[in-house]
Amino acid sequence: MADVKKVATRESYGNALVELGAEYPNLVVLDADLAAATKTGVFKKAYPDRHIDCGIAECNMTGIAAGLSTMGKIPFVSSFAMFAAGRAFEQVRNSIGYPHLNVKIGATHAGITVGEDGASHQCNEDIALMRSIPGMVVMCPADDIEARAAVRAAAEYVGPVYMRFGRAACPVINDRPDYKFEIGKGTVVREGSDVTIVATGICVGSALEAAEKLAEEGISAEVINICTIKPLDEEVIINSAKKTGKVVTAEEHSVIGGLGSAVCDALCKSYPVPVMKIGMQDVFGESGSAAALVEKYKLDGKGVYEQVKDFLK
Amino acid sequence: MNNLELKKIANEVRKGIVTAVHSAKAGHPGGSLSAADIYTYLYFEEMNIDPKNPKKEDRDRFVLSKGHTAPGLYSTLANRGYFPVEDLTTLRKLGSYLQGHPSMQYIPGVDMSSGSLGQGISAAVGMALAAKMDEKDIRVYTLLGDGEIQEGQVWEAAMFAGHRKLDNLVVIVDNNGLQIDGPIDQVCSPYPIDKKFEAFNFHVINLDDAHDFDKIRAAFKEARETKGMPTAIIAHSLKGKGVSFMEGNVAWHGTAPNDEQYAVAMADLEKIGEELNKEGEA
Repeated sequence: MADVKKVATRESYGNALVELGAEYPNLVVLDADLAAATKTGVFKKAYPDRHIDCGIAECNMTGIAAGLSTMGKIPFVSSFAMFAAGRAFEQVRNSIGYPHLNVKIGATHAGITVGEDGASHQCNEDIALMRSIPGMVVMCPADDIEARAAVRAAAEYVGPVYMRFGRAACPVINDRPDYKFEIGKGTVVREGSDVTIVATGICVGSALEAAEKLAEEGISAEVINICTIKPLDEEVIINSAKKTGKVVTAEEHSVIGGLGSAVCDALCKSYPVPVMKIGMQDVFGESGSAAALVEKYKLDGKGVYEQVKDFLK
Repeated sequence: MNNLELKKIANEVRKGIVTAVHSAKAGHPGGSLSAADIYTYLYFEEMNIDPKNPKKEDRDRFVLSKGHTAPGLYSTLANRGYFPVEDLTTLRKLGSYLQGHPSMQYIPGVDMSSGSLGQGISAAVGMALAAKMDEKDIRVYTLLGDGEIQEGQVWEAAMFAGHRKLDNLVVIVDNNGLQIDGPIDQVCSPYPIDKKFEAFNFHVINLDDAHDFDKIRAAFKEARETKGMPTAIIAHSLKGKGVSFMEGNVAWHGTAPNDEQYAVAMADLEKIGEELNKEGEA
């Protein structure tokens, strides 16, 4: 996939905000001294009066967003996933989730592809935290196209939304004319019959790469892209499980509480099949390049391929 | 509204607080009673609101950052006509809209859900900022506990409000001096409170008697006249004010009176009511 176009989804976030800023005069963007990194800087340039830098105070930023939304604004709260979902968890839960306010949280630098900064900044727990809040929509786009579509959908949707973006550039996989995005809809991106790989975020690209390798060995893998982890498209997953009888989940997140857990929740109540969860295996990350880390923690195409093969033995 | 009328209403608000908490067999009477005069002044004199149209767009906003004193807010809202006073006895009960802590989704007149300390002030700051961005003449009031200001988020919010010169924001600290574990200066002193807010670029008003309507009136007038910076009113109050055995007693921070204590409390307030009636006739 060497010549495939690559874009970091945090870039997509910033660019989508600029586009939406023109359509929604009540859209405001909040940041906590990370505008350059979260890519909201481009929005700040286009709409300086609607970009609110709160300084390094994520809990207050979250509360300010709640207050703004009660006045009719559509606030997009931006920070690293570690702080947006981690540090400010209780503010998100009580000031946004409980009153079900129309606040969007754009969390960049999620997962281990934060890279060199190391474990303190690599948030592998945000999906688990956010999906535990009643009424919260949780999205983790796979590429630039999906990320921009998700940000637009978040602006159109009324209610709290958590969006997860990455720091590192990742391949564009949804570049096709019939691409459509809908909150809560999963997509079969490759059909197969021996095993289902349900993936989210950067792991969708890895799953497709793995499926290609598996095909060379006569193993037919179906790949499902789940952007919206909550509410989960249970139907697309169960239908595939009925066909293949075996499910693998793949995510750049802890195997505790993330996509894997959500998929297991869905399957165990209506169509239990063996499931293997690929992700961070209850460990912290470490410093290194994004590429070196996804290789070490087996979240790249090769890693997913090897683990699926082991699972099928 | 003159002071006597306000005093009479505040006394009714106090009766509602004691009645609600007694009925619920749980809740926070001490800090509700200490702020009863402030609540009364805000809802009967200061704020641009309409109980018949609780969501009126250009209304002033109130955020009860010290959400545990919901009985005080609810009793004020009920007496102001947002919902029936009789409903106060459903406080904290299963199926009641009067949740243990304020919920904007269920309770008419509640502008923000609150209860987790330190969070309400941030929401109030967001509201004040939105009004400024839209150039709307909306004022935002938020009431904090003096124990609550031990929360770091309060100072994050204060720093932002000062930085943004939000002169449509009034932060009121109910300085009754007591928190659950004891006197605030023994638990973890937030003093000097006035100097802290000054350092965060607030105009600070020391309201030395938060039960004196002349002084309350003067404080809110001064806040309204303050331009270019937010105002903090440090309201020196008496916890449990109005109920003899609750006054200055930390035990009544979060305890409900039993039937016997309830009778004494109501007798205390009835007596105050009678004195106010006499004052009116004189």
